[in-house]
Amino acid sequence: MRGATHAKWVACATAAALTATACGGGGSASGGDTGAVLSSSWGDPQNPLEPANTNEVQGGKVLDMIFRSLKRYDPETGKAEDMLAEKIETSDSQTFTITVKDGWTFSNGEKVTAQSFVDAWNYGASLKNNQKNAYFFGYIEGYDKTHPENGGKQSADTLSGLDVVDARTFTVRLNQKFSTFPDTLGYPAYAPLPKAFFDDHEAWVKKPVGNGPYTVDSYTKGSQMSLRAWDGYPGDDKAQNGGVDLKVYTDNNTAYTDLMAGNLDLVDDVPASQLKNVRNDLGDRYINTPAGIIQTLAFPFYDDAWNKPGMEKVRTGLSRAINREQITDTIFQKTRTPATDWTSPVLGEDGGFKEGLCGDACEYDAAAAKKLIEEGGGLPGGQVKITYNADTGSHGQWVDAVCNSINNALDNDRACVGNPVGTFADFRNQIGDEKMPGPFRAGWQMDYPLIQNFLQPLYYTNASSNDGKWTNKDFDKLVDEANAETDTAKAVAKFQEAEEVLRDNMGAIPLWYQNGSAGYSDRLSNVKLNPFSVPVYDEIKVG
Amino acid sequence: MGRYVVRRLLQMIPVFVGSTLLIFLMVNVMGDPIAGLCGDKQCDPATAAQLEKEFGLDKPVWQQYLTYMGNVFTGDFGTAFNGQEVTELMATAFPVTIRLTIVAILFEVVIGITLGVITGLRRGRPVDTTVLMFTLVVISVPTFVTGLLLQLLLGVEWGWIKPSVSTEATFGELIVPGLVLASVSLAYVTRLTRTSIAENKRSDYVRTAVAKGLPRRRVITRHLLRNSLIPVVTFIGTDIGALMGGAIVTERIFNIHGVGYQLYQGILRQNTQTVVGFVTVLVLVFLVANLIVDLLYAVLDPRIRYA
Repeated sequence: MRGATHAKWVACATAAALTATACGGGGSASGGDTGAVLSSSWGDPQNPLEPANTNEVQGGKVLDMIFRSLKRYDPETGKAEDMLAEKIETSDSQTFTITVKDGWTFSNGEKVTAQSFVDAWNYGASLKNNQKNAYFFGYIEGYDKTHPENGGKQSADTLSGLDVVDARTFTVRLNQKFSTFPDTLGYPAYAPLPKAFFDDHEAWVKKPVGNGPYTVDSYTKGSQMSLRAWDGYPGDDKAQNGGVDLKVYTDNNTAYTDLMAGNLDLVDDVPASQLKNVRNDLGDRYINTPAGIIQTLAFPFYDDAWNKPGMEKVRTGLSRAINREQITDTIFQKTRTPATDWTSPVLGEDGGFKEGLCGDACEYDAAAAKKLIEEGGGLPGGQVKITYNADTGSHGQWVDAVCNSINNALDNDRACVGNPVGTFADFRNQIGDEKMPGPFRAGWQMDYPLIQNFLQPLYYTNASSNDGKWTNKDFDKLVDEANAETDTAKAVAKFQEAEEVLRDNMGAIPLWYQNGSAGYSDRLSNVKLNPFSVPVYDEIKVG
Repeated sequence: MGRYVVRRLLQMIPVFVGSTLLIFLMVNVMGDPIAGLCGDKQCDPATAAQLEKEFGLDKPVWQQYLTYMGNVFTGDFGTAFNGQEVTELMATAFPVTIRLTIVAILFEVVIGITLGVITGLRRGRPVDTTVLMFTLVVISVPTFVTGLLLQLLLGVEWGWIKPSVSTEATFGELIVPGLVLASVSLAYVTRLTRTSIAENKRSDYVRTAVAKGLPRRRVITRHLLRNSLIPVVTFIGTDIGALMGGAIVTERIFNIHGVGYQLYQGILRQNTQTVVGFVTVLVLVFLVANLIVDLLYAVLDPRIRYA
């Protein structure tokens, strides 16, 4: 029985591969064939492919192709624009009335209605469904009942803040004022779900059905997913190609080699070891654009040694002892940019990015660093240990470089050492157990392009990703005020004020903004990365 | 013979229990796997607790182990974090790795033993020296260097093969990866056979066989080779287990989605169920391969009797 199903999968995949080559052959003749299929590198998604359960980029890639939500972030500017939403209205920044556009269906023919959204959100917020993005629904009234904290019993299955008015309208009541809430609705967790998801969940997860420009043609878990353009897609961002074959690679070096050999069309993760050669190998078929990712060093504020008065000088001193320019040039070959604030350039000036907000505190100055650290009472225990996970992302290299820079600035060979942790899970574990012996690697990939997302989840008291447990009353107050502000420009200004509080206390050292990079074969054109460093597949032209 | 097999099978039980327990504990020592599931963020505590309950991680380790072993005997190897049954993962991974191992073993047997016989019979001649030098080079160069070099030369520069293996992983695609995987063992097999042959060439029974006037071919295949193969068979037998579990590097280079890939990913994601499940099967493979090797002795050497 199992053998039989397995054989069927293989047959499907072969058929897909055959059609792919057939289409490819036709494409090269005509140039810009909308029927041609491209292949792209992929990683095995860590979690089942449910919208509210996918929190990493590999699964997110697929969701971005097979789902469209109320809003969509413009692939170039990152601005949230209406997709399925006809209008989202509010008078008090707390209750929102959402109207869904007419004429949208899922690829199985079912209509996308207000109920599709409400069902999906209720599913995501319900504790018993184990959805890892559940906290996204935390602003909606009734979340504490469907997702009680600290081992409480779940007393409701649906969010009381969601009400369906008619087939295309529903209302959302939040438990606090949150003026930019509509702009968060482009996140995949808020995608609508068809009835099939609830009726036959197992079958749905094996072959997801959504309302995006692509449909899943076949999916062999752990090795390949074939997506095909959906002819009946009603949106105006229809796929410009026939489909995408996502192939799982264990090692991004192999994917790169495959690209070189013409066996693969698109690699969206150029291995660090190839950064030196990539321009020679690919020329202008290599792209390197800013992504909404910032790397920082967080501090263990639960440890008194790092939290006592005066330590802010030590933290600022450390920040000034790091030669960001040199490290991004030599180690990252300019695929990262020295950070001068705590957000990301993809937000744009209007969105809250402010170059140079960090000021002197982020500028390399060995003498000032030494002085600041001495004034603050010296390094706790005479040495800083920077903790990182050694299994992915070549973190070891830059941590060593940061330490070198600190050691040189302080004229002390033992001032800073790296403290590698074997696996990412163990690293997260030690952070969760509050066992960090000193500063540690903290990376943040934005969920949605808002300044709020770069500040509140990371630095607000007891926020979900405040790993260092930094807490500051002024900061919290300013964030609350910013959220209540209905005018976006004023809200952004408030957030920036909060960011200044963060700077003065050096709650975390900003290191650099990360870029997304990709390389592609000469069959492709119009390849772009969106602010989430995911290729904009629907715009890629083949042939 | 029958009693011997039964005794050996019974001996496997403690080895099996011991090795699975060790693996289980080692994976557990690495800490809470749930923490790695939420990206660079803290999992929200309620969801984390719920997940722990679902995977049985909230119970003490000994209890987890007992439940796990109980399930294993009913054929249930648990569920991986991505929602797939481990048995399903095995059903896709093992056929691929078995094919890769078959290709590798074939290389070892055919090329390794042939080279071994040739050099053993012509000891000290130029052929012998050349092959000996060659094996030395192969042994001293790490597998990943051979693998990456062949991939770059054959796959990118000359375009003879595809640098990576497709999902189907057919025998044809696995020839180069199989050769890379087999390379080091192949060199050992050559050297083992060579020594063994060279030694037995001077033994009494070979001299007798030659004196009887048997054709050279028959002397070599029936008398010399059969007796010289015992150490080689032992080596190849234990190598089956090593090749299946140790293909991590080769599978990574050629992007083969076999056992090595699943183990690697399982360890990175601290997925106890996957790691323990696969290792359990590998332990079984090892034990059975060893038993078969021991039984083969009796076939090769009539003086060996099991009771």
